[in-house]
Amino acid sequence: MLQKDVLVIGAGPAGLAASIEAGKYGASTLLVDLNMQPGGQLFKQIHKFFGSSAHRSGTRGYDIGKQLLQEAQEANVEIWMQSTVIGIFPEHKVAIEKGLDSGKKEMITIQAKKIIIATGASENAIRFNGWTTPGVMGAGAAQTMINVNHVKPGQQIVMLGTGNVGLIVSYQLMQAGCDVVSLIEAAPKIGGYAVHAAKIRRAGVPIRLRHTIIEAKKGENGCVCGCVIAEVNEHFQPIPGTEETIACDTIALAAGLKPTMDLVKLAGCKLTFNGPFGGYIPLHNDRMETSCLGIFVAGDTTGVEEANTALEEGKIAGISVAEDLGLISPDTASNQRKEIWERLHSLRLGPFGERRMQEKEAVMKEYETCIGAPIPIQ
Amino acid sequence: MALINTGYLEYDELKNIQTLPDDERFSKGPVAIIECVQEIPCNPCEAACHFGAIQVGEPITNLPTLIGEKCIGCGMCVARCPGLAIVVVDKTCSDTTATVSFPFEYYPIPTVGEERKALNRKGEIVCSGKIVKVVNPASYDHTPVVTVEIPKEFADEVRTVERV
Ligand SMILES: Cc1cc2nc3c(=O)[nH]c(=O)nc-3n(C[C@H](O)[C@H](O)[C@H](O)COP(=O)(O)OP(=O)(O)OC[C@H]3O[C@@H](n4cnc5c(N)ncnc54)[C@H](O)[C@@H]3O)c2cc1C
Ligand code: SF4
Ligand code: SF4
Repeated sequence: MLQKDVLVIGAGPAGLAASIEAGKYGASTLLVDLNMQPGGQLFKQIHKFFGSSAHRSGTRGYDIGKQLLQEAQEANVEIWMQSTVIGIFPEHKVAIEKGLDSGKKEMITIQAKKIIIATGASENAIRFNGWTTPGVMGAGAAQTMINVNHVKPGQQIVMLGTGNVGLIVSYQLMQAGCDVVSLIEAAPKIGGYAVHAAKIRRAGVPIRLRHTIIEAKKGENGCVCGCVIAEVNEHFQPIPGTEETIACDTIALAAGLKPTMDLVKLAGCKLTFNGPFGGYIPLHNDRMETSCLGIFVAGDTTGVEEANTALEEGKIAGISVAEDLGLISPDTASNQRKEIWERLHSLRLGPFGERRMQEKEAVMKEYETCIGAPIPIQ
Repeated sequence: MALINTGYLEYDELKNIQTLPDDERFSKGPVAIIECVQEIPCNPCEAACHFGAIQVGEPITNLPTLIGEKCIGCGMCVARCPGLAIVVVDKTCSDTTATVSFPFEYYPIPTVGEERKALNRKGEIVCSGKIVKVVNPASYDHTPVVTVEIPKEFADEVRTVERV
């Protein structure tokens, strides 16, 4: 059986950062991802990133992905793309459906001393009449179509949701030459950053607050030809009599993300429910170790946030495994972690971050009180 | 704040939150206007300015502030701000006209000499404008900075031109 010091699952910013740290300190590190290209969410982000200039902000997402990939290669990280982790078993045995150059798949079981799970997050679906009609899709899917596959999902788009994803994808759809007819938001205020919303408004696109989509209309061709929206009351219920039909051929849904938890659950890590972080997440300590000894987590899997926070958490996980493998001293590791936690702290300030800081602290506190020290997987 | 309910800023609202150049500074030539008013973790504008005219500091969620005397209106920050929230306004270009330089990331990119309708923060047509400059070097990383000349009275309103 193939033996590795460290297996990192997911090549988004969290997984790349973790493998760069582990590889840099000399751990034999394997990074696997089911996508064709490394970078996770980054490779379809054509916009310049927010965040601190120390974290490459102001650089376009896909370029950040490329830079991280290069660093990972320099740190001798072995990377398997189009390879899906499908099982985690006792003694850290991991089943991987490995993508071969021939396009075929091969089942491989490997054993790793340490495992870092950085599988990111997936989009939430929203149900309404006609929601399975062709033309209704996740905002992430629409983004992949325009930015990765260079295909317009449709010409007239209605976007549900005004979080940063809804705002940014709307902007990118316009850049790709689509008409964004309207953004629909159930809440009484815009969810994402004002500067992103301002781009949409400057382009003359209306944002309809306190509204939701109640039906997708199916045209003669069997695809979306419009959507019915309605005003909602304070309990987010549609108010009868306020319905309006908007002509469109695509309805994109940006209703939030939830952490991808399948592998964390398979490994048997203890979970907690956390609304602001997107749902069930693994409990972890300040070393990013879960309740299972030797299994670490980082990035959106631990709660949906941003690329900057994912990168920093990935680094912490990488440093911690290097420490546990005896590659760096506990003192060095703990000093480095301290610096990173300080940076994470400053990223989680302000009206958009404070809540996440409180929740992160609550997750780690719950770990201390309910778990204390990690135990080997059963 | 009207902003989070509408998605755009009223100029008065902006004036209350951001430090904008005063009339004296405007009379001296082109200057940056930072229309970024929420405490978000972001600071590339600070690093973009080689003249030290933009300060964010620590923590990173501070609002950026412009030091008007240091700003030369070069436009580097306009291209680098991921929020596309900075413009450079020059109220000295002629007696009757002003120019606004803004980031424009749509095709077709305007060309010099072209007439395009100039729009305000809500995307409404304010007046007609003449494109007088388009700067798009590699260092701007695909964010062209376009300069439009418009009647002076609209200098605080016009923020972009129509997409065609
Ligand atoms: C439209 C949009 C705009 C954004 N803009 C910004 C921004 O401006 N600034 C910012 O800081 N953040 C931004 N973000 C957020 C940022 O992209 C994410 O927070 C970040 O990518 C999370 O990193 P991650 O490594 O945790 O997960 P991801 O990037 O999601 O990577 C997870 C990876 O794991 C892989 N994976 C999952 N399961 C398996 C499995 N079983 N086997 C193998 N591989 C698996 C996936 O294929 C994926 O590549 C944006 C997000 C979106 C959607
Ligand atoms: S316009 Fe130039 S000088 Fe003025 S703040 Fe921006 S980068 Fe600095
Ligand atoms: S770079 Fe732009 S969005 Fe970021 S803080 Fe500066 S002005 Fe605001």
